[in-house]
Amino acid sequence: MTRAKPEPVQVVKQRRDAALTALFSGVPYINYLGIRFDRRGDELTAILPFDEKLIGNPTLPALHGGVTAAFLEVAAIIELSWSILWEEMEGGRLDPAAIAANPPRLPKTIDFTVDYLRAGLPRDAYARARVNRSGRRYASVHVEAWQDNRTRLFAQGTGHFLMPEGGD
Amino acid sequence: MPDATALARQFIEAIPHSRMLGMRLESLGDGRVTMTMPYDTRFVGDPATGVLHGGAVSALMDTASGAAVMCHPASPLSTATLDLRIDYFRPATPGQTITARAECYHVTRSVAFVRVTATDEDETRPVAAATGAFTLDRPRGAT
Repeated sequence: MTRAKPEPVQVVKQRRDAALTALFSGVPYINYLGIRFDRRGDELTAILPFDEKLIGNPTLPALHGGVTAAFLEVAAIIELSWSILWEEMEGGRLDPAAIAANPPRLPKTIDFTVDYLRAGLPRDAYARARVNRSGRRYASVHVEAWQDNRTRLFAQGTGHFLMPEGGD
Repeated sequence: MPDATALARQFIEAIPHSRMLGMRLESLGDGRVTMTMPYDTRFVGDPATGVLHGGAVSALMDTASGAAVMCHPASPLSTATLDLRIDYFRPATPGQTITARAECYHVTRSVAFVRVTATDEDETRPVAAATGAFTLDRPRGAT
């Protein structure tokens, strides 16, 4: 038996990046905050580039707590949606071209808890989420955010999400 | 001692992100605050329906909560969110203004506890609610 020749790396990358972009690029609030995603294989890092409009306390200055909450929530939802999309896409059950044309509905947040560990500094912030449980209807996701130093988190959060119906 | 209401108003009006989201302070005093945020297509979370993103509603509730701490009779000098748990009940109706009503219902020497509810124009069915703990920086010499 002969193995199928592996796809050229650029083709694989282009397909995965296009699917990821399709997930969040149509969401106005994600674009308004300026959130982007860095992808290494299936691992995502959410990036929130600093902007004056994100300031909540001008005397410190510090990021707005609401911005931090929104950033963590976006990172969690996109990670959750991406983890499902990845399985479908890499398993060959979902045509990547169809994802861009008709992006999947995102999970809905049931609840979200944010721990503010230290003030968000006026510089870029990063977040990585981990799906701890992903069922047919409900999911639980943990997310950590940091700025200069990966081990010095400035916020963390846990959320429960309702999976989109008919998404499977 | 500075007037708590004036200080709280100043505190809120100096927040760049709240201004950017179009938040307005409707009333405040005695640990209670009402703030509104008009509908804006830039803050939509679901482009298929035009429903606001939960994060924008959270930002409003966080701001109203901080303001409720600032106008508490303990007259704090500043506050910061320690934690906030947000429950989302239903999508906000597109096109409608969101109103957050926050109440700082208990304070200790260094912590303030707040609950807040967000509604759209149907005030009988809340859109979201949150509870939070906030730091409380009391004036020097206050007990």
